[in-house]
Amino acid sequence: MKRSLRPLAATAVIFLIAYALSVAQFPGMLSTRVLGNFLTDNAFLGIAAVGMTFVIISGGIDLSVGAVIGFTGVLVAVLISWLGFHPLAAFAIALGVAALFGAAMGVTIHYLQVPSFIVTLAGMFLARGGASVITQDSVPINHDFYSAISDLIIRLPGGGRLSFIGLLMVAVFLFGALLAHRTRFGSYVYALGGNPVSASLMGVPVARTTIQIYMLSSTLAALAGIVFSLYTSAGYPLAAVGVELDAISAVVIGGTLLTGGYGFVLGTFVGVMLLGLVQTYIIFDGTLSSWWTKIVIGVLLFLFIVLQRVIFAASAPREEQPEKV
Amino acid sequence: MKRLHLERLANPQLLALVAVLLINWLLFPNFFRITWQDGRLFGSVIDVLNRGAPVAILAIGMTAVIATKGVDLSVGAIMAVCGAVAATMVVAGYPTPVAVIAALAVGLACGLWNGFLVAVLDIQPIVATLVLMVAGRGIAQLITEGYIVTFNDPALIFIGTGSFLGFPMAAVIALVLMLLVTLLVRRTAIGLFIQAIGVNRAAASLAGIHSRMLLVLVYALSGFCAAIAGIIVAADIRGADANNSGLWLELDAILAVVIGGTSLLGGKFSIPLAVVGALIIQAMNTGILVSGFPPEFNLIVKAGMIILILMLQSPLVGTVMGFFKRDTRQAAPK
Repeated sequence: MKRSLRPLAATAVIFLIAYALSVAQFPGMLSTRVLGNFLTDNAFLGIAAVGMTFVIISGGIDLSVGAVIGFTGVLVAVLISWLGFHPLAAFAIALGVAALFGAAMGVTIHYLQVPSFIVTLAGMFLARGGASVITQDSVPINHDFYSAISDLIIRLPGGGRLSFIGLLMVAVFLFGALLAHRTRFGSYVYALGGNPVSASLMGVPVARTTIQIYMLSSTLAALAGIVFSLYTSAGYPLAAVGVELDAISAVVIGGTLLTGGYGFVLGTFVGVMLLGLVQTYIIFDGTLSSWWTKIVIGVLLFLFIVLQRVIFAASAPREEQPEKV
Repeated sequence: MKRLHLERLANPQLLALVAVLLINWLLFPNFFRITWQDGRLFGSVIDVLNRGAPVAILAIGMTAVIATKGVDLSVGAIMAVCGAVAATMVVAGYPTPVAVIAALAVGLACGLWNGFLVAVLDIQPIVATLVLMVAGRGIAQLITEGYIVTFNDPALIFIGTGSFLGFPMAAVIALVLMLLVTLLVRRTAIGLFIQAIGVNRAAASLAGIHSRMLLVLVYALSGFCAAIAGIIVAADIRGADANNSGLWLELDAILAVVIGGTSLLGGKFSIPLAVVGALIIQAMNTGILVSGFPPEFNLIVKAGMIILILMLQSPLVGTVMGFFKRDTRQAAPK
């Protein structure tokens, strides 16, 4: 096996083992219904995590994802319910606004040469504040189009349902994987994350790529917001608080290095599924309280980070550290 | 770097604080009115000091961390854990000093854990502290068993709402801590070592600095500061709220540090100015509240302020400005 695929394989194996153990304890978990719900319940997280994967591979971080999801939900809800837009028009507006928002963050990061951390922090405040200024309340969406989409499901044998949003997430992951591994933009992203200086010396258009990366992340976050509004049939300014942390966790668990230059979009998919598995297990168990989710995710994060270090230390002997004095 | 004292007072952070306070005064004419009541001072300015104290305390530890080119995302979660420890121990009947010391020890342990990940396992600070940021609130809820643990212990409550010489206790603690840590880093070589690690860790190690040890200590300091802030916040509301105590305060603390002129790229830091940064943030919060604007504007104003600071600090603007005023100091070398 290719050495660079080891972390991905490790994540996948751990997911399979964890799933097998869960099934051994609760045979009910091995059903198409549970698997279908995995996709539906984590659809918005997965879509946002694809964008986050690109940002992290490029060596940055995007803290504004959760806020953009909340903002998009409110914007779409207000456009549809208060102003009478057709949902598709509202979606187009929301995606456009998010793309501009991401582009603005990319421009700031590149031209002002500030860490993405602090720029996207400002973006997070801006999007969350903007959503709260539009409305403080949850705005319900009652539109035929929404119920039509909710009815779009493929029934599987065994009572499982593949919902539209679940399939949309899978499609976004496939699109992301193609974009990362089969396009020029994808190789630019990897080059930028590996070393921005040598990337620009090799002729990578750093400015354009940086802006495109954050546009992609914000647009996918907006798509996640639309999916979230389809999932909940409402827009709420405080929706999806902290989703950026879940997305980052999923990306890290999926084998992407936070230092940039290395990672897999499909690894993120396994990461999202693993987070979903933890939640489903805790629901199945019934006696464990919800806070165990956070602790388990923290422990998983730690294990995967250490695992990555071990694998990288074993497979790529690094130069002597000067500190072992 | 010996400059005139007057010139030192006229730095952008203090000017910004004065400007924010003046805007507050224009929007709310009673802003500067301070009254003496029940043996303590009351007024909006005192409120800024009191409410700004937790973020100021976090900013003290965060400054040291950021000066080493790191970041500590877990301080908010550590606050929740330590508040939970102090509250549950007091409720379980332990004497207050024991509970407070236990909470401080837990904060220190959390900081040591972060330091271990960063310095010994060589994990990137954002990721290393993310672990505790995600898991910390779960641990806090585990300690409080999902409830908001309320207490009536007068000594513990005093830490959050008491007053010392008329000033709020929280502000006094923040001031003392700021003075102690500033003296520690400026009167000893530790500050220089921290800067050296921030500029180039490998070079600092080659120069004989125990960078690993120092990094652990810096994160331990941050955890300790978070513990103090967590105890204050819990004492203030007389209860430990595992979900909301210190929520997003790590971001406020980072913002305060950045406003204080500390470079996120490491190597340049000022603890007193970070505290001023925390006061600027709080003065804006209080200003928006007392002048009757809806609190939602808070986030937008904060975002605007970050963008403004980034513009001012960015190398691009620096070169443009440097072009126009050549006579002032030379542009800082990279």
